[in-house]
Amino acid sequence: MGAGPRRWVKPLIVAWTAAVCFFLYLPVAAGALASLSQSRYFTFPIAKWSTSWWGKTFDSIQIRELIETSIIIALVVTAISVVLAFFGALAFARYQWSGRTIYQRIVLLPIFFPQSVLGLALLLWFNALGLTLSWQTAVFAHLIWIVPVATLVIAIQAYSFDPALEEAATDLGATRWQVLKEVTLPVLWPGIFSGALFSFLLSWGNFPLSLFTTGADSTVPEYLYAKMVAGYTPGVPVLGTVSTLGAAVLLLGGYGLVMLGRRARGA
Amino acid sequence: MAALAERGAPPSARSRTGPGLPVGLRYSLPVLTLLAIGFAAPLAAVIAFSFVEPRSFDLWSEPTLANYSTIFEQTFYRSFLWSLFFAAATVLLLALICYPIAYGLARLFGRWSNLVTLIFVLPLFISENVRLYGWVLFLIKGGVLLGSVKTLTGIELTSVLFTPPMIVFGMVYVYLPFMLFPMTLGLSMVPREVTEAAFDLGASRWQVFREVELPLAMPGIVIGALLTFVLGVGAIAEAKVLGGQSVIPIAHDIEIAFTYAQNWPLGAALSVLLMLVVGLLVLLVLRRFDLDRILGRR
Repeated sequence: MGAGPRRWVKPLIVAWTAAVCFFLYLPVAAGALASLSQSRYFTFPIAKWSTSWWGKTFDSIQIRELIETSIIIALVVTAISVVLAFFGALAFARYQWSGRTIYQRIVLLPIFFPQSVLGLALLLWFNALGLTLSWQTAVFAHLIWIVPVATLVIAIQAYSFDPALEEAATDLGATRWQVLKEVTLPVLWPGIFSGALFSFLLSWGNFPLSLFTTGADSTVPEYLYAKMVAGYTPGVPVLGTVSTLGAAVLLLGGYGLVMLGRRARGA
Repeated sequence: MAALAERGAPPSARSRTGPGLPVGLRYSLPVLTLLAIGFAAPLAAVIAFSFVEPRSFDLWSEPTLANYSTIFEQTFYRSFLWSLFFAAATVLLLALICYPIAYGLARLFGRWSNLVTLIFVLPLFISENVRLYGWVLFLIKGGVLLGSVKTLTGIELTSVLFTPPMIVFGMVYVYLPFMLFPMTLGLSMVPREVTEAAFDLGASRWQVFREVELPLAMPGIVIGALLTFVLGVGAIAEAKVLGGQSVIPIAHDIEIAFTYAQNWPLGAALSVLLMLVVGLLVLLVLRRFDLDRILGRR
Protein backbone atom coordinates (compact mmCIF):
# COMPACT_ATOMS: atom_id res chain seq x y z
CA MET A 1 0.00 0.00 0.00
CA GLY A 2 3.02 2.24 0.48
CA ALA A 3 1.78 5.70 1.25
CA GLY A 4 -1.72 4.32 1.67
CA PRO A 5 -3.66 3.77 4.88
CA ARG A 6 -1.69 3.33 8.07
CA ARG A 7 -0.46 -0.07 9.08
CA TRP A 8 -2.80 -0.58 12.01
CA VAL A 9 -5.88 -0.23 9.83
CA LYS A 10 -5.73 -3.70 8.33
CA PRO A 11 -5.51 -5.75 11.56
CA LEU A 12 -8.28 -3.61 13.01
CA ILE A 13 -10.54 -4.30 10.03
CA VAL A 14 -9.72 -8.02 10.11
CA ALA A 15 -10.53 -8.17 13.83
CA TRP A 16 -13.80 -6.28 13.33
CA THR A 17 -14.84 -8.55 10.46
CA ALA A 18 -14.06 -11.64 12.53
CA ALA A 19 -16.06 -10.24 15.44
CA VAL A 20 -19.08 -9.57 13.22
CA CYS A 21 -18.84 -13.09 11.71
CA PHE A 22 -18.79 -14.50 15.23
CA PHE A 23 -21.82 -12.42 16.12
CA LEU A 24 -23.57 -13.61 12.96
CA TYR A 25 -23.22 -17.27 13.88
CA LEU A 26 -23.70 -16.95 17.63
CA PRO A 27 -27.45 -17.63 17.56
CA VAL A 28 -26.92 -20.53 15.17
CA ALA A 29 -24.53 -22.03 17.69
CA ALA A 30 -27.00 -21.39 20.51
CA GLY A 31 -29.63 -23.30 18.50
CA ALA A 32 -27.26 -26.19 17.93
CA LEU A 33 -26.53 -26.34 21.69
CA ALA A 34 -30.22 -26.26 22.54
CA SER A 35 -30.89 -29.13 20.15
CA LEU A 36 -28.56 -31.36 22.15
CA SER A 37 -30.38 -31.00 25.44
CA GLN A 38 -32.43 -33.86 26.74
CA SER A 39 -34.92 -31.92 28.80
CA ARG A 40 -37.92 -30.46 27.10
CA TYR A 41 -37.27 -26.93 28.32
CA PHE A 42 -34.01 -25.26 27.51
CA THR A 43 -31.76 -24.25 30.41
CA PHE A 44 -28.07 -23.57 30.26
CA PRO A 45 -25.64 -25.04 31.21
CA ILE A 46 -27.21 -28.14 29.78
CA ALA A 47 -27.82 -30.66 32.55
CA LYS A 48 -28.01 -33.74 30.40
CA TRP A 49 -26.70 -33.90 26.85
CA SER A 50 -28.46 -36.19 24.43
CA THR A 51 -29.22 -36.64 20.79
CA SER A 52 -32.64 -38.10 21.50
CA TRP A 53 -34.45 -35.10 19.96
CA TRP A 54 -32.49 -35.54 16.75
CA GLY A 55 -33.73 -39.13 16.54
CA LYS A 56 -37.30 -38.12 17.32
CA THR A 57 -37.22 -35.38 14.68
CA PHE A 58 -35.96 -37.66 11.94
CA ASP A 59 -38.49 -40.37 12.80
CA SER A 60 -41.43 -37.99 12.61
CA ILE A 61 -43.53 -38.45 9.49
CA GLN A 62 -44.87 -34.91 9.79
CA ILE A 63 -41.35 -33.46 9.69
CA ARG A 64 -40.47 -35.57 6.70
CA GLU A 65 -43.52 -34.26 4.88
CA LEU A 66 -42.55 -30.68 5.76
CA ILE A 67 -39.07 -31.18 4.39
CA GLU A 68 -40.50 -32.78 1.25
CA THR A 69 -42.90 -29.90 0.67
CA SER A 70 -40.11 -27.35 1.17
CA ILE A 71 -37.80 -29.19 -1.23
CA ILE A 72 -40.48 -29.60 -3.91
CA ILE A 73 -41.36 -25.92 -3.73
CA ALA A 74 -37.69 -24.94 -3.89
CA LEU A 75 -36.99 -27.25 -6.85
CA VAL A 76 -39.93 -26.02 -8.91
CA VAL A 77 -39.09 -22.41 -8.07
CA THR A 78 -35.48 -22.99 -9.11
CA ALA A 79 -36.41 -24.60 -12.42
CA ILE A 80 -38.83 -21.88 -13.43
CA SER A 81 -36.84 -18.92 -12.16
CA VAL A 82 -33.62 -19.99 -13.88
CA VAL A 83 -35.34 -20.12 -17.26
CA LEU A 84 -37.14 -16.79 -16.81
CA ALA A 85 -34.10 -15.12 -15.28
CA PHE A 86 -31.78 -16.31 -18.05
CA PHE A 87 -33.75 -14.40 -20.66
CA GLY A 88 -34.54 -11.65 -18.19
CA ALA A 89 -30.83 -11.13 -17.53
CA LEU A 90 -29.99 -10.97 -21.23
CA ALA A 91 -32.63 -8.28 -21.61
CA PHE A 92 -31.24 -6.59 -18.49
CA ALA A 93 -27.57 -6.50 -19.38
CA ARG A 94 -26.78 -7.86 -22.82
CA TYR A 95 -29.02 -6.04 -25.26
CA GLN A 96 -29.42 -2.34 -25.83
CA TRP A 97 -33.08 -1.64 -26.36
CA SER A 98 -35.27 1.30 -25.65
CA GLY A 99 -37.28 0.77 -22.50
CA ARG A 100 -34.39 -1.14 -20.97
CA THR A 101 -33.80 1.32 -18.12
CA ILE A 102 -37.50 1.16 -17.23
CA TYR A 103 -37.35 -2.62 -17.40
CA GLN A 104 -34.33 -2.64 -15.06
CA ARG A 105 -36.22 -0.62 -12.48
CA ILE A 106 -39.33 -2.78 -12.80
CA VAL A 107 -37.21 -5.86 -12.12
CA LEU A 108 -35.78 -4.25 -8.98
CA LEU A 109 -39.14 -3.21 -7.53
CA PRO A 110 -40.17 -6.59 -6.03
CA ILE A 111 -36.77 -6.83 -4.34
CA PHE A 112 -37.23 -3.39 -2.82
CA PHE A 113 -40.59 -4.32 -1.38
CA PRO A 114 -41.55 -5.59 2.08
CA GLN A 115 -42.07 -9.30 1.65
CA SER A 116 -44.76 -9.69 4.27
CA VAL A 117 -46.87 -7.08 2.48
CA LEU A 118 -46.23 -8.82 -0.84
CA GLY A 119 -47.34 -12.11 0.73
CA LEU A 120 -50.58 -10.54 1.94
CA ALA A 121 -51.18 -8.85 -1.41
CA LEU A 122 -50.80 -12.21 -3.12
CA LEU A 123 -53.16 -13.81 -0.61
CA LEU A 124 -55.75 -11.18 -1.47
CA TRP A 125 -55.13 -11.65 -5.18
CA PHE A 126 -55.40 -15.45 -5.06
CA ASN A 127 -58.60 -15.05 -3.09
CA ALA A 128 -60.02 -12.61 -5.67
CA LEU A 129 -59.19 -15.13 -8.40
CA GLY A 130 -60.86 -17.90 -6.40
CA LEU A 131 -57.70 -20.03 -6.17
CA THR A 132 -57.27 -22.56 -3.39
CA LEU A 133 -54.00 -22.04 -1.57
CA SER A 134 -51.52 -24.89 -1.77
CA TRP A 135 -47.83 -25.42 -2.40
CA GLN A 136 -48.40 -24.38 -6.02
CA THR A 137 -49.60 -20.91 -5.03
CA ALA A 138 -46.56 -20.70 -2.74
CA VAL A 139 -44.33 -21.49 -5.74
CA PHE A 140 -45.89 -18.60 -7.61
CA ALA A 141 -45.43 -16.27 -4.62
CA HIS A 142 -41.76 -17.25 -4.28
CA LEU A 143 -41.22 -16.62 -7.99
CA ILE A 144 -42.29 -12.98 -7.71
CA TRP A 145 -39.41 -12.31 -5.40
CA ILE A 146 -36.85 -14.90 -6.52
CA VAL A 147 -37.02 -14.35 -10.31
CA PRO A 148 -35.83 -10.72 -9.92
CA VAL A 149 -33.01 -11.80 -7.60
CA ALA A 150 -31.92 -14.57 -10.00
CA THR A 151 -32.16 -12.10 -12.90
CA LEU A 152 -29.76 -9.75 -11.11
CA VAL A 153 -27.35 -12.57 -10.28
CA ILE A 154 -27.23 -13.76 -13.90
CA ALA A 155 -27.18 -10.16 -15.20
CA ILE A 156 -23.94 -9.48 -13.33
CA GLN A 157 -22.40 -12.31 -15.35
CA ALA A 158 -24.08 -11.13 -18.55
CA TYR A 159 -22.49 -7.69 -18.19
CA SER A 160 -19.08 -9.22 -18.81
CA PHE A 161 -20.38 -10.90 -21.95
CA ASP A 162 -18.62 -9.99 -25.17
CA PRO A 163 -21.27 -9.57 -27.91
CA ALA A 164 -18.58 -10.23 -30.52
CA LEU A 165 -18.70 -13.93 -29.59
CA GLU A 166 -22.34 -14.23 -30.61
CA GLU A 167 -21.80 -12.16 -33.73
CA ALA A 168 -18.88 -14.33 -34.80
CA ALA A 169 -21.02 -17.44 -34.42
CA THR A 170 -23.81 -15.85 -36.44
CA ASP A 171 -21.36 -14.80 -39.16
CA LEU A 172 -20.13 -18.38 -39.33
CA GLY A 173 -23.66 -19.45 -40.15
CA ALA A 174 -24.99 -20.60 -36.79
CA THR A 175 -28.76 -20.34 -36.30
CA ARG A 176 -30.14 -18.27 -33.41
CA TRP A 177 -30.86 -21.42 -31.46
CA GLN A 178 -27.34 -22.74 -32.04
CA VAL A 179 -25.83 -19.45 -30.90
CA LEU A 180 -27.90 -19.58 -27.73
CA LYS A 181 -26.98 -23.19 -27.01
CA GLU A 182 -23.34 -23.20 -28.08
CA VAL A 183 -22.20 -19.68 -27.16
CA THR A 184 -24.52 -17.78 -24.82
CA LEU A 185 -25.37 -20.60 -22.41
CA PRO A 186 -21.79 -21.80 -21.84
CA VAL A 187 -20.50 -18.26 -21.31
CA LEU A 188 -23.24 -17.43 -18.81
CA TRP A 189 -23.04 -20.82 -17.11
CA PRO A 190 -21.38 -19.67 -13.83
CA GLY A 191 -24.02 -16.97 -13.43
CA ILE A 192 -26.82 -19.40 -14.20
CA PHE A 193 -25.44 -21.84 -11.66
CA SER A 194 -25.24 -19.17 -8.96
CA GLY A 195 -28.72 -18.00 -9.89
CA ALA A 196 -30.05 -21.54 -9.48
CA LEU A 197 -28.29 -21.96 -6.15
CA PHE A 198 -29.65 -18.65 -4.89
CA SER A 199 -33.16 -19.51 -6.08
CA PHE A 200 -33.18 -22.85 -4.31
CA LEU A 201 -31.75 -21.53 -1.06
CA LEU A 202 -33.91 -18.40 -0.92
CA SER A 203 -37.02 -20.47 -1.49
CA TRP A 204 -35.90 -23.03 1.11
CA GLY A 205 -35.46 -20.37 3.78
CA ASN A 206 -38.39 -18.14 2.87
CA PHE A 207 -40.94 -17.44 5.56
CA PRO A 208 -42.95 -14.26 4.89
CA LEU A 209 -44.19 -15.30 1.46
CA SER A 210 -44.90 -18.89 2.44
CA LEU A 211 -46.81 -17.85 5.55
CA PHE A 212 -49.71 -16.38 3.59
CA THR A 213 -49.68 -18.49 0.46
CA THR A 214 -49.18 -22.17 1.30
CA GLY A 215 -52.68 -22.82 2.64
CA ALA A 216 -52.88 -26.31 4.11
CA ASP A 217 -49.39 -27.30 2.97
CA SER A 218 -46.71 -26.13 5.34
CA THR A 219 -43.00 -25.49 4.86
CA VAL A 220 -40.15 -25.93 7.34
CA PRO A 221 -39.83 -22.22 8.26
CA GLU A 222 -43.58 -21.95 8.79
CA TYR A 223 -43.68 -25.00 11.03
CA LEU A 224 -40.73 -23.70 13.04
CA TYR A 225 -42.39 -20.35 13.53
CA ALA A 226 -45.63 -21.96 14.72
CA LYS A 227 -43.67 -24.05 17.20
CA MET A 228 -41.65 -21.09 18.45
CA VAL A 229 -44.80 -19.18 19.24
CA ALA A 230 -46.45 -22.08 21.01
CA GLY A 231 -45.19 -25.56 21.77
CA TYR A 232 -41.40 -25.32 21.99
CA THR A 233 -39.56 -28.62 22.13
CA PRO A 234 -35.86 -29.19 21.42
CA GLY A 235 -37.19 -30.47 18.10
CA VAL A 236 -37.40 -26.80 17.04
CA PRO A 237 -33.64 -26.12 17.26
CA VAL A 238 -32.99 -29.59 15.80
CA LEU A 239 -34.96 -28.80 12.66
CA GLY A 240 -33.52 -25.27 12.58
CA THR A 241 -29.99 -26.66 12.76
CA VAL A 242 -30.74 -29.27 10.10
CA SER A 243 -32.10 -26.58 7.79
CA THR A 244 -29.00 -24.45 8.41
CA LEU A 245 -26.61 -27.33 7.81
CA GLY A 246 -28.44 -28.27 4.63
CA ALA A 247 -28.10 -24.72 3.29
CA ALA A 248 -24.43 -24.59 4.30
CA VAL A 249 -23.60 -27.87 2.56
CA LEU A 250 -25.39 -26.77 -0.62
CA LEU A 251 -23.75 -23.36 -0.64
CA LEU A 252 -20.23 -24.59 0.05
CA GLY A 253 -20.66 -27.54 -2.32
CA GLY A 254 -21.95 -25.26 -5.05
CA TYR A 255 -19.12 -22.81 -4.48
CA GLY A 256 -16.64 -25.68 -4.62
CA LEU A 257 -18.10 -26.78 -7.96
CA VAL A 258 -17.79 -23.28 -9.39
CA MET A 259 -14.16 -23.09 -8.28
CA LEU A 260 -13.43 -26.53 -9.77
CA GLY A 261 -15.06 -25.51 -13.03
CA ARG A 262 -13.05 -22.32 -13.13
CA ARG A 263 -9.82 -24.18 -12.48
CA ALA A 264 -10.61 -26.83 -15.11
CA ARG A 265 -11.24 -24.15 -17.69
CA GLY A 266 -8.20 -22.14 -16.70
CA ALA A 267 -5.89 -25.17 -16.91
CA MET B 1 -45.83 -3.26 -22.22
CA ALA B 2 -47.24 -2.77 -25.68
CA ALA B 3 -46.97 0.95 -25.12
CA LEU B 4 -43.32 0.51 -24.28
CA ALA B 5 -42.70 -1.30 -27.53
CA GLU B 6 -44.48 1.28 -29.61
CA ARG B 7 -42.70 4.18 -28.03
CA GLY B 8 -39.30 2.63 -28.59
CA ALA B 9 -37.25 3.94 -31.45
CA PRO B 10 -35.70 1.21 -33.60
CA PRO B 11 -32.73 -0.12 -31.62
CA SER B 12 -29.25 -0.48 -33.02
CA ALA B 13 -28.90 -3.03 -35.76
CA ARG B 14 -26.91 -5.27 -33.43
CA SER B 15 -29.73 -6.21 -31.15
CA ARG B 16 -32.07 -6.72 -34.03
CA THR B 17 -31.47 -10.13 -35.52
CA GLY B 18 -35.01 -11.17 -36.33
CA PRO B 19 -38.13 -9.52 -37.60
CA GLY B 20 -40.61 -7.88 -35.22
CA LEU B 21 -39.79 -6.85 -31.68
CA PRO B 22 -36.20 -6.16 -30.63
CA VAL B 23 -34.50 -9.15 -28.98
CA GLY B 24 -34.06 -7.41 -25.64
CA LEU B 25 -37.75 -6.63 -25.38
CA ARG B 26 -38.68 -10.15 -26.43
CA TYR B 27 -36.40 -11.66 -23.79
CA SER B 28 -37.82 -9.36 -21.13
CA LEU B 29 -41.40 -10.45 -21.82
CA PRO B 30 -41.49 -13.61 -19.65
CA VAL B 31 -40.23 -11.71 -16.60
CA LEU B 32 -42.49 -8.74 -17.30
CA THR B 33 -45.50 -11.01 -17.71
CA LEU B 34 -44.74 -12.75 -14.43
CA LEU B 35 -44.43 -9.43 -12.63
CA ALA B 36 -47.59 -8.12 -14.28
CA ILE B 37 -49.72 -11.00 -12.96
CA GLY B 38 -47.80 -11.59 -9.76
CA PHE B 39 -46.77 -8.12 -8.65
CA ALA B 40 -48.70 -5.34 -10.40
CA ALA B 41 -52.06 -7.11 -10.33
CA PRO B 42 -51.95 -8.08 -6.62
CA LEU B 43 -50.95 -4.52 -5.71
CA ALA B 44 -53.82 -3.21 -7.80
CA ALA B 45 -56.09 -5.64 -5.95
CA VAL B 46 -54.83 -4.29 -2.64
CA ILE B 47 -55.53 -0.74 -3.74
CA ALA B 48 -59.01 -1.72 -4.89
CA PHE B 49 -59.67 -3.57 -1.64
CA SER B 50 -58.71 -0.53 0.42
CA PHE B 51 -61.84 1.22 -0.87
CA VAL B 52 -64.24 -1.61 0.00
CA GLU B 53 -66.69 -1.53 2.96
CA PRO B 54 -64.86 -2.44 6.22
CA ARG B 55 -64.93 -6.13 7.08
CA SER B 56 -66.34 -7.18 3.74
CA PHE B 57 -64.64 -9.57 1.32
CA ASP B 58 -66.48 -8.48 -1.78
CA LEU B 59 -64.39 -6.49 -4.21
CA TRP B 60 -67.38 -5.34 -6.26
CA SER B 61 -69.18 -3.11 -3.79
CA GLU B 62 -69.69 0.64 -3.51
CA PRO B 63 -66.29 2.34 -2.99
CA THR B 64 -65.79 4.04 0.36
CA LEU B 65 -63.08 5.96 2.21
CA ALA B 66 -64.15 4.49 5.55
CA ASN B 67 -60.96 2.45 5.95
CA TYR B 68 -58.71 5.45 5.52
CA SER B 69 -60.70 7.54 7.97
CA THR B 70 -60.49 4.68 10.48
CA ILE B 71 -56.72 4.71 10.12
CA PHE B 72 -56.47 8.43 10.72
CA GLU B 73 -58.89 8.33 13.67
CA GLN B 74 -57.06 5.54 15.44
CA THR B 75 -53.49 5.30 16.63
CA PHE B 76 -51.98 3.50 13.65
CA TYR B 77 -49.65 6.45 13.11
CA ARG B 78 -47.71 5.21 16.14
CA SER B 79 -46.95 1.91 14.42
CA PHE B 80 -45.91 3.83 11.33
CA LEU B 81 -43.58 6.06 13.33
CA TRP B 82 -42.09 3.10 15.19
CA SER B 83 -41.45 1.27 11.93
CA LEU B 84 -39.87 4.30 10.29
CA PHE B 85 -37.76 4.93 13.38
CA PHE B 86 -36.60 1.31 13.65
CA ALA B 87 -35.74 1.23 9.96
CA ALA B 88 -33.80 4.51 10.14
CA ALA B 89 -31.89 3.39 13.24
CA THR B 90 -31.07 0.09 11.53
CA VAL B 91 -29.73 1.84 8.43
CA LEU B 92 -27.55 4.15 10.50
CA LEU B 93 -26.09 1.39 12.66
CA LEU B 94 -25.53 -0.91 9.70
CA ALA B 95 -23.73 1.80 7.74
CA LEU B 96 -21.25 2.14 10.60
CA ILE B 97 -20.92 -1.61 11.18
CA CYS B 98 -20.58 -2.57 7.52
CA TYR B 99 -18.26 0.11 6.20
CA PRO B 100 -15.02 -1.37 7.57
CA ILE B 101 -16.05 -4.86 6.44
CA ALA B 102 -17.01 -3.66 2.97
CA TYR B 103 -13.70 -1.82 2.77
CA GLY B 104 -11.91 -5.01 3.74
CA LEU B 105 -13.82 -7.07 1.17
CA ALA B 106 -13.18 -4.57 -1.60
CA ARG B 107 -9.56 -3.75 -0.76
CA LEU B 108 -7.76 -5.76 1.85
CA PHE B 109 -8.83 -9.39 1.96
CA GLY B 110 -7.67 -10.29 -1.54
CA ARG B 111 -8.25 -13.94 -2.27
CA TRP B 112 -9.85 -14.41 1.15
CA SER B 113 -12.70 -12.13 0.25
CA ASN B 114 -14.57 -14.92 -1.56
CA LEU B 115 -14.61 -16.99 1.60
CA VAL B 116 -15.60 -14.02 3.77
CA THR B 117 -18.40 -13.26 1.30
CA LEU B 118 -19.66 -16.84 1.62
CA ILE B 119 -19.68 -16.54 5.41
CA PHE B 120 -21.84 -13.44 5.14
CA VAL B 121 -24.11 -14.89 2.43
CA LEU B 122 -25.05 -18.09 4.21
CA PRO B 123 -27.30 -16.49 6.86
CA LEU B 124 -29.47 -15.13 4.03
CA PHE B 125 -30.56 -18.68 3.34
CA ILE B 126 -31.52 -19.48 6.89
CA SER B 127 -35.04 -18.44 7.73
CA GLU B 128 -34.88 -15.27 9.81
CA ASN B 129 -37.12 -16.86 12.42
CA VAL B 130 -34.59 -19.57 13.05
CA ARG B 131 -31.77 -17.08 13.50
CA LEU B 132 -33.80 -14.74 15.68
CA TYR B 133 -34.94 -17.64 17.79
CA GLY B 134 -31.28 -18.53 18.26
CA TRP B 135 -30.90 -15.13 19.93
CA VAL B 136 -33.83 -15.91 22.20
CA LEU B 137 -32.12 -19.14 23.25
CA PHE B 138 -28.90 -17.23 23.77
CA LEU B 139 -30.28 -14.28 25.71
CA ILE B 140 -33.29 -15.63 27.57
CA LYS B 141 -33.26 -16.09 31.34
CA GLY B 142 -31.51 -19.41 31.92
CA GLY B 143 -30.23 -19.33 28.33
CA VAL B 144 -26.65 -19.58 27.09
CA LEU B 145 -25.50 -16.14 28.26
CA LEU B 146 -27.37 -15.63 31.51
CA GLY B 147 -27.07 -19.30 32.45
CA SER B 148 -23.30 -19.11 32.04
CA VAL B 149 -23.07 -15.87 34.01
CA LYS B 150 -25.08 -17.40 36.81
CA THR B 151 -23.00 -20.58 37.02
CA LEU B 152 -19.72 -18.71 36.85
CA THR B 153 -20.45 -15.79 39.17
CA GLY B 154 -23.69 -16.62 40.91
CA ILE B 155 -25.17 -13.30 39.79
CA GLU B 156 -28.64 -13.43 38.31
CA LEU B 157 -29.15 -10.77 35.66
CA THR B 158 -32.41 -9.82 34.03
CA SER B 159 -32.74 -10.60 30.36
CA VAL B 160 -32.61 -7.79 27.81
CA LEU B 161 -35.14 -9.63 25.66
CA PHE B 162 -38.58 -8.32 24.76
CA THR B 163 -37.72 -4.61 24.78
CA PRO B 164 -37.80 -2.12 21.86
CA PRO B 165 -33.99 -1.84 21.55
CA MET B 166 -33.90 -5.60 20.98
CA ILE B 167 -36.04 -5.07 17.89
CA VAL B 168 -33.40 -2.77 16.39
CA PHE B 169 -30.75 -5.28 17.42
CA GLY B 170 -32.62 -8.06 15.61
CA MET B 171 -33.07 -5.92 12.50
CA VAL B 172 -29.39 -4.99 12.42
CA TYR B 173 -28.61 -8.66 12.70
CA VAL B 174 -31.02 -9.85 10.00
CA TYR B 175 -30.43 -7.11 7.42
CA LEU B 176 -26.64 -6.91 7.68
CA PRO B 177 -25.96 -8.65 4.32
CA PHE B 178 -28.36 -6.31 2.53
CA MET B 179 -26.23 -3.35 3.55
CA LEU B 180 -22.88 -5.07 3.26
CA PHE B 181 -23.02 -6.34 -0.33
CA PRO B 182 -24.22 -3.19 -2.12
CA MET B 183 -21.71 -1.24 -0.04
CA THR B 184 -18.91 -3.59 -1.13
CA LEU B 185 -19.99 -3.17 -4.76
CA GLY B 186 -19.89 0.59 -4.26
CA LEU B 187 -16.45 0.58 -2.66
CA SER B 188 -15.00 -1.66 -5.33
CA MET B 189 -16.06 1.01 -7.83
CA VAL B 190 -13.50 3.40 -6.33
CA PRO B 191 -10.39 3.13 -8.51
CA ARG B 192 -7.30 2.29 -6.46
CA GLU B 193 -5.22 4.80 -8.43
CA VAL B 194 -7.47 7.65 -7.33
CA THR B 195 -7.05 6.97 -3.61
CA GLU B 196 -3.32 6.41 -4.07
CA ALA B 197 -3.01 9.67 -5.97
CA ALA B 198 -4.82 11.44 -3.14
CA PHE B 199 -2.43 9.94 -0.58
CA ASP B 200 0.55 10.90 -2.72
CA LEU B 201 -0.70 14.45 -2.87
CA GLY B 202 -0.60 14.51 0.91
CA ALA B 203 -4.21 13.88 1.83
CA SER B 204 -4.81 12.44 5.29
CA ARG B 205 -6.70 9.15 5.79
CA TRP B 206 -9.74 11.14 6.87
CA GLN B 207 -9.58 13.43 3.83
CA VAL B 208 -9.31 10.48 1.46
CA PHE B 209 -12.30 8.90 3.14
CA ARG B 210 -14.41 12.06 3.02
CA GLU B 211 -13.45 13.47 -0.33
CA VAL B 212 -12.60 10.41 -2.42
CA GLU B 213 -13.94 7.09 -1.12
CA LEU B 214 -17.27 8.18 0.26
CA PRO B 215 -18.48 10.18 -2.77
CA LEU B 216 -17.30 7.57 -5.29
CA ALA B 217 -18.80 4.66 -3.32
CA MET B 218 -22.04 6.55 -2.71
CA PRO B 219 -24.22 4.71 -5.25
CA GLY B 220 -23.56 1.37 -3.57
CA ILE B 221 -23.98 2.83 -0.10
CA VAL B 222 -27.26 4.52 -0.99
CA ILE B 223 -28.64 1.36 -2.59
CA GLY B 224 -27.67 -0.65 0.48
CA ALA B 225 -29.28 1.94 2.74
CA LEU B 226 -32.44 2.00 0.64
CA LEU B 227 -32.73 -1.79 0.58
CA THR B 228 -32.19 -2.01 4.33
CA PHE B 229 -34.64 0.80 5.03
CA VAL B 230 -37.38 -0.66 2.86
CA LEU B 231 -37.00 -4.14 4.32
CA GLY B 232 -36.82 -2.62 7.79
CA VAL B 233 -40.06 -0.68 7.38
CA GLY B 234 -41.79 -3.93 6.46
CA ALA B 235 -40.10 -5.95 9.20
CA ILE B 236 -42.31 -8.05 11.38
CA ALA B 237 -40.44 -11.08 12.74
CA GLU B 238 -37.96 -9.08 14.84
CA ALA B 239 -40.69 -7.38 16.83
CA LYS B 240 -42.57 -10.63 17.29
CA VAL B 241 -39.68 -12.88 18.22
CA LEU B 242 -37.23 -10.55 19.99
CA GLY B 243 -39.50 -7.65 20.88
CA GLY B 244 -42.08 -9.85 22.56
CA GLN B 245 -44.69 -7.59 21.01
CA SER B 246 -43.64 -4.69 23.27
CA VAL B 247 -44.07 -2.55 20.16
CA ILE B 248 -46.31 -3.34 17.19
CA PRO B 249 -44.69 -2.30 13.89
CA ILE B 250 -46.87 -1.38 10.94
CA ALA B 251 -46.41 -4.68 9.09
CA HIS B 252 -47.71 -6.47 12.17
CA ASP B 253 -50.76 -4.20 12.26
CA ILE B 254 -51.40 -5.12 8.64
CA GLU B 255 -51.05 -8.80 9.39
CA ILE B 256 -53.41 -8.54 12.36
CA ALA B 257 -56.02 -6.82 10.17
CA PHE B 258 -55.73 -9.59 7.59
CA THR B 259 -55.73 -12.51 10.02
CA TYR B 260 -57.19 -12.17 13.54
CA ALA B 261 -59.34 -9.14 12.87
CA GLN B 262 -60.57 -10.48 9.52
CA ASN B 263 -60.78 -6.90 8.28
CA TRP B 264 -59.13 -7.17 4.89
CA PRO B 265 -60.14 -3.71 3.64
CA LEU B 266 -58.48 -2.08 6.66
CA GLY B 267 -55.34 -4.18 6.13
CA ALA B 268 -55.38 -3.22 2.46
CA ALA B 269 -55.64 0.49 3.28
CA LEU B 270 -52.71 0.23 5.70
CA SER B 271 -50.73 -1.63 3.02
CA VAL B 272 -51.47 1.11 0.51
CA LEU B 273 -50.06 3.75 2.86
CA LEU B 274 -46.96 1.65 3.48
CA MET B 275 -46.57 1.02 -0.25
CA LEU B 276 -46.81 4.76 -0.92
CA VAL B 277 -43.98 5.53 1.48
CA VAL B 278 -41.80 2.70 0.20
CA GLY B 279 -42.65 3.13 -3.47
CA LEU B 280 -42.00 6.88 -3.55
CA LEU B 281 -38.69 6.47 -1.78
CA VAL B 282 -37.51 3.65 -4.04
CA LEU B 283 -38.52 5.37 -7.26
CA LEU B 284 -36.99 8.68 -6.21
CA VAL B 285 -33.68 7.10 -5.26
CA LEU B 286 -33.40 4.54 -8.06
CA ARG B 287 -34.12 7.18 -10.66
CA ARG B 288 -30.83 8.84 -9.84
CA PHE B 289 -28.62 5.83 -10.44
CA ASP B 290 -27.20 4.23 -13.51
CA LEU B 291 -27.66 0.54 -12.78
CA ASP B 292 -25.39 -0.50 -15.65
CA ARG B 293 -22.50 1.26 -14.00
CA ILE B 294 -23.11 -0.19 -10.54
CA LEU B 295 -23.76 -3.77 -11.59
CA GLY B 296 -21.59 -3.94 -14.66
CA ARG B 297 -18.73 -1.83 -13.30
CA ARG B 298 -17.99 -0.52 -16.73
